[in-house]
Amino acid sequence: MTTSTTQPVLHDCRDAYAATLIELAQADPRVVVVVNDSVGSSKLGEFKRRFPDRLINVGIAEQDMVGVAAGLANGGKIPFVSAASCFLTARAMEQIKVDAAYSNHNITLCGMSPGMAYGELGPTHHSIEDLAWLRVIPNLTVVVPSDPAETAQAIRWAADHSGPVFVRVSRMGVPDVNPAGYRFAPGRATTLRDGDDVTIVANGTVVAPALDAAHELSHLGITARVLSMPTVKPLDVEAVVAAARETAAIVTVEEALTTGGLGGAVAETVVQHHPVPVRFVGVPDVFAPTGSARWLLEHFHISAAGIVEAARLALGR
Amino acid sequence: MSAAPITTPGTALPVLGRIGAEAGREAVVAHIREGARLIRRRDIAMIHSAGLGHVGGEFSVIDILATLYLHVLEISAGRLDDPERDRLILSKGHAAGALYATLAAAGLLDPAALDTFMRPLSKLNGHPDRTKVPGVEANTGPLGHGLPVAVGTALAGKLDGSRRRTFVVLGDGELQEGSNWEALMTAAHHRLEHLTAVVDRNRLQQGARVAETNDLDPLADKARAFGWHVVEVDGHDHGALLDTFTRPPVPGTPTFVIAHTVKGHPISFMSDEVAWHHKVPNTDEVAAALAELETP
Repeated sequence: MTTSTTQPVLHDCRDAYAATLIELAQADPRVVVVVNDSVGSSKLGEFKRRFPDRLINVGIAEQDMVGVAAGLANGGKIPFVSAASCFLTARAMEQIKVDAAYSNHNITLCGMSPGMAYGELGPTHHSIEDLAWLRVIPNLTVVVPSDPAETAQAIRWAADHSGPVFVRVSRMGVPDVNPAGYRFAPGRATTLRDGDDVTIVANGTVVAPALDAAHELSHLGITARVLSMPTVKPLDVEAVVAAARETAAIVTVEEALTTGGLGGAVAETVVQHHPVPVRFVGVPDVFAPTGSARWLLEHFHISAAGIVEAARLALGR
Repeated sequence: MSAAPITTPGTALPVLGRIGAEAGREAVVAHIREGARLIRRRDIAMIHSAGLGHVGGEFSVIDILATLYLHVLEISAGRLDDPERDRLILSKGHAAGALYATLAAAGLLDPAALDTFMRPLSKLNGHPDRTKVPGVEANTGPLGHGLPVAVGTALAGKLDGSRRRTFVVLGDGELQEGSNWEALMTAAHHRLEHLTAVVDRNRLQQGARVAETNDLDPLADKARAFGWHVVEVDGHDHGALLDTFTRPPVPGTPTFVIAHTVKGHPISFMSDEVAWHHKVPNTDEVAAALAELETP
């Protein structure tokens, strides 16, 4: 495997997340945070110190947490729910559906340490189903930021947006992948690298290996377009259709189950508008075994090598 | 769907409006009592027309809703989005018909809209939707949602230093949902004295008696143990409900009202009958019920 000689600086996106929440709270007294004993795991200690009354810790009670957030929105607040993604999404699914989405409240649900970030803790603590579960809920925007800049911008956008939003906030180290001056917008993909042979669509922690894969593919004479797709919903349909028309195949990459998430969204779009071969890189229909997050990504071939292999299979080269 | 006419004769609902305390207690109680009678008449006609509804649990809760909307709550049609308005969250969302009829009686919803109850594209869904009906504070239907939302809005009021009040009306069977007990803890922890939960204690759930299903008693002791000030009241006594809801709060303590009610009240053939949870009355049954609701 070929990699660049200088190791990029890796960031924990929770730092940008927590700093952004503090800035938002300073600027707007309506901003509040609701947590489920997740102050430390959300890196909200400083927020709590500065705004003790505006960090509401309901304890280990996720249904209450999301319902209370809806009530705070009813009372004119701008609530951010901050909890481990596995518990937030699975335990409070009906509250997300009814109290946040169907009620169309300005609530931002921040899923901390999603995907397989809690690798060794096992499938109870993995949140690889979240994208499939949440993508089908009307009104809900689903965001998977790839680096600190995108995380901060998605959180700022969510505070202003008048409807419900889910944002994955990863603890796994990621490099800066977006260009300087990047501006997040829902439903808008960013072309991080252009190419004509195949398109790699990725988001979150796996944009960086997608870029590495494109680099490796270039050594094989294959030019790969890399689309960063921060919103699984709304999807940038135009960018996906253009990719289908202009390149021969598409590979999707996600730190999630391949059933129903980003890959599902891209495939639904491709088959309706311009069918081309699509390959999914992610976790197949299984509960992941035990292992570190990095080990699990390699295990499921959610890596530059795995993406290269998927692209070659898709192209038949 | 029933092919019944949209409006049953004699069930038109006048806009009664909210009566203020300056009218005197006797007049307030009379206003609520008459309102509840007319709301029941309209509600049973709505259910008959829609061919759907939850008449039993609606008739058990109407006296509570009428007392709140026709007097207690500080809200008016012109200020349904006023941040300082009082809130009422109907957690037992299946009693939506009763809520809509009460909102209409209170002057918060056009009575003509009631004719569309549960019809295609109506804003009056079988369970209330805040995005479609101004005055509805929370989308409910699945049980165990209203109390956490009420805690949240009461907490927002506390953060703002507001004295506005939040009421949440729950079914008793609904208390089997664990989310309520999470929220009961949160409300007491945050000392939400301007929050009042009202339990429509009709002792029946969809399929059986609550006590035969998963018993709640001793309910008052449980609520007290969770840090709430508990009041028990006859949920069909308008004067007693009025006095309960207008009493000053206990400082630092949310109030838990157990309103003892009868499902299907006061209709003789519906009262305390589990079958009337969501049975739809036929034309003869509507006429018989209306006859029992003839006298103010």
